[in-house]
Amino acid sequence: MSGGPLPPGTPAPEFTLKREDGSDFTRADLLGHTTLLVFYPFAFSPVCTDQLGLYEEVLGDYLAKRDVVMYGVSCDAAWSQTAFREKLGVGIPQLSDFEPKGEACRAFGVYHPGGFPQRALVIVDPSGVVGWSYQAPSPRELPGANLIFDGLDQLAART
Amino acid sequence: MTELTSAPLPPLSAEDHLRGPAGAVAVLVYGDFECPYCAAFAAKLERVRLRVAFRHFPVRSSHPRAWAAASAAEAAARQERFWEMHDSLFADQGRLEDPHLWERARSLGLDLERFDADRRSPEIQARIRSDFEAGVRGGIVTTPTLIAGGARYAGRIDAQVLGELSAAAD
Repeated sequence: MSGGPLPPGTPAPEFTLKREDGSDFTRADLLGHTTLLVFYPFAFSPVCTDQLGLYEEVLGDYLAKRDVVMYGVSCDAAWSQTAFREKLGVGIPQLSDFEPKGEACRAFGVYHPGGFPQRALVIVDPSGVVGWSYQAPSPRELPGANLIFDGLDQLAART
Repeated sequence: MTELTSAPLPPLSAEDHLRGPAGAVAVLVYGDFECPYCAAFAAKLERVRLRVAFRHFPVRSSHPRAWAAASAAEAAARQERFWEMHDSLFADQGRLEDPHLWERARSLGLDLERFDADRRSPEIQARIRSDFEAGVRGGIVTTPTLIAGGARYAGRIDAQVLGELSAAAD
């Protein structure tokens, strides 16, 4: 069960995700820049499709200018994530929580009891501490890109 | 990019494209001319008595011609033909390349040279961007999204919802 995403001020946990090329992505990869983790339930579900396309449209230039790196995270296999990303026509790199399934999602407090990530957003600051987090009331509800800007604003106000 | 933190959606104003009988319930639609759900929804909207305002919410990754189509509609608006172009685009989403847009403009009786200059103009690009950004700030995430009073409906919107909204005015 998930008690909600890690709140601001919590150090990011130790975890291992797989990049699309199969290499490991761990806590150490969060350090030195701000990271936005976009947890989504399933590759190819129509709702995720809109979410990542919208985020790329809105956030692409903005995040690059501010040294914020965005990743999509799901429990799908890396191959599926790549196919999904290419189908969407977006560049947002994907991280897979495939095996042990959902372990990183659990560590961030965003694993849905149904066996997939909640629809959640987590911003980790350059020191590896959660700066802001949000979980949609249900996996069917898409968090607006405005919430990410609110989160980045709140993070900037504290640092 | 400007700040995109949360803000309420702008209220309807004279800037909005609005059609429908006076006295009918006014609703706001955020749409994308290359989005198939928006086209299906536009067809449903035609069958009910509502005043409809349309704002642009083009997302390029899924719909590479969405911006071009929105620009064509805005350019048509400069010649008082916004809704005619709106209907034309939604009626045939498979033909959104430039020659198709010129053909549509011609069939609507638009001044083609002016249409072509307008659709590429910074003013029209800014108008579409402004609709899009205000939508993002107001929490719009997908198309179509219908706003009626305080309620929001997104994605595949039931015809029944429209019927109820339309009946609310009588």
